[in-house]
Amino acid sequence: MPGYRRQLYRDDALVLRVQKLGESDRIITLLTRRHGRLRAVARGVRRTTSRFGARLEPFGHVDLQIAGDPKGEQGSSLHSISQVEGIQLYGKALVTDYPRYTAASAIAETAERLTPVEREPSLRLFQLTLGGLRALADGEHASTLVLDAYLLRGMGLAGWAPALVACAVCGTPGRHGAFSVPAGGCVCPDCRPPGAAHPAPATLDLMAALASGDWRTADAADSPHRRECSGLVAAHLQWHLERGLRSLPLVDRGSTGERTERARHAPRPDPADVAKEAQ
Amino acid sequence: MYEGAIQDLIDELGRLPGVGPKSAQRIAFHVLSADPADVTRLATALRRVKELVRFCTVCYNVAESEQCRVCRDPRRSEEVLCVVEEPKDVVAIERTGEFRGRYHVLGGAINPLEGVGPDNLRIRELLARLGTGSVRELILATDPNTEGEATATYLALMVKPMGIAVTRLASGLPVGGDLEYADEITLGRAFEGRRAV
Repeated sequence: MPGYRRQLYRDDALVLRVQKLGESDRIITLLTRRHGRLRAVARGVRRTTSRFGARLEPFGHVDLQIAGDPKGEQGSSLHSISQVEGIQLYGKALVTDYPRYTAASAIAETAERLTPVEREPSLRLFQLTLGGLRALADGEHASTLVLDAYLLRGMGLAGWAPALVACAVCGTPGRHGAFSVPAGGCVCPDCRPPGAAHPAPATLDLMAALASGDWRTADAADSPHRRECSGLVAAHLQWHLERGLRSLPLVDRGSTGERTERARHAPRPDPADVAKEAQ
Repeated sequence: MYEGAIQDLIDELGRLPGVGPKSAQRIAFHVLSADPADVTRLATALRRVKELVRFCTVCYNVAESEQCRVCRDPRRSEEVLCVVEEPKDVVAIERTGEFRGRYHVLGGAINPLEGVGPDNLRIRELLARLGTGSVRELILATDPNTEGEATATYLALMVKPMGIAVTRLASGLPVGGDLEYADEITLGRAFEGRRAV
């Protein structure tokens, strides 16, 4: 009987998530170009002497050598990372901008959730995720627009794209004013279920622009329409995923700036009063 | 499956982080064969740690009284505050003997993938401490990884408008290491943070 042999294979991947394991190891969740989503152990990467720990931080595009069974026909599902080279480490640019970091986290979690089965190749999702992280790191567009564009296109790859140019129920072409998440997008007056939302026409235009990559229209959208669009996209995604994304409520949509303003104008308590309170 | 007390002990030990079923079984049988005085000492230590140890009301480091040793020490400067993720980071910095200011323990780092946002950390308490006006410099000593850097970015964004100097621990080459073995990110950071000699 042939024994279990760990093959060495090579692929490029995006680092989606890192989790601590034992004293100094990490489990790295990767979205690879040819082998789909994988979980692999990176040994000793939390030690300061690690040769490649810095390359295995979230949001990096890396070239890996992995030990394991690429087809998953035998043995453990956990692979082992033996070598890493950085192709483009987007994390470095993203951590210096808090709203972009939170948007990148939501992209990484969505990519993980859209690949429920390990080792199932998903080249288009890999390319979409790589493009999303690159766009966030480049900073040419607002982070919330990049995130919403990624979510809309990711849902399109999963087969759940919201209907925007025809009724989601009867297929009547045209831009309809009501939007129903359970129905699957815009609905005509005849098919409109109770409780359907009535977003502004500009919001639906923005959604269509983000889904099709019309960045000129998307960049010109006003803040209220961007917020409404984000709400509809998030509701549509979480309806189909059946479970909320943990990172989505933490996406910074400009609130940090407001909090900073509040902190700036907050009255400073008298040190003597604080000392009295502490006593 | 074992019976009664020994299985209960294996189950409880198996719930500890990093202890698998085999390790739990090995520890349980070691306890069974150990000297009763040693086992009593272990049980007392476990009980005492839950009864006596609490969080310092000022910095949220672990303490055995209302305030920790650092917060009670009048010789420590109140002008410099060092922000760390966990109490064990305080111990690591204290070992250097280089820092004579005070600490603030956040209780983790911002990690949206794990559902940890700013409101889940002791950031509000930090801002309240800074509001007293006695702090001149805030040193951000969160881990040099993605979550730690993002937390430092967030804190800098919140604190800089308050007129307090915000600094970040330097990253670079480990003492005693060879340059040729350093990865490009660490070496790049070392170049960014180079100093005049």
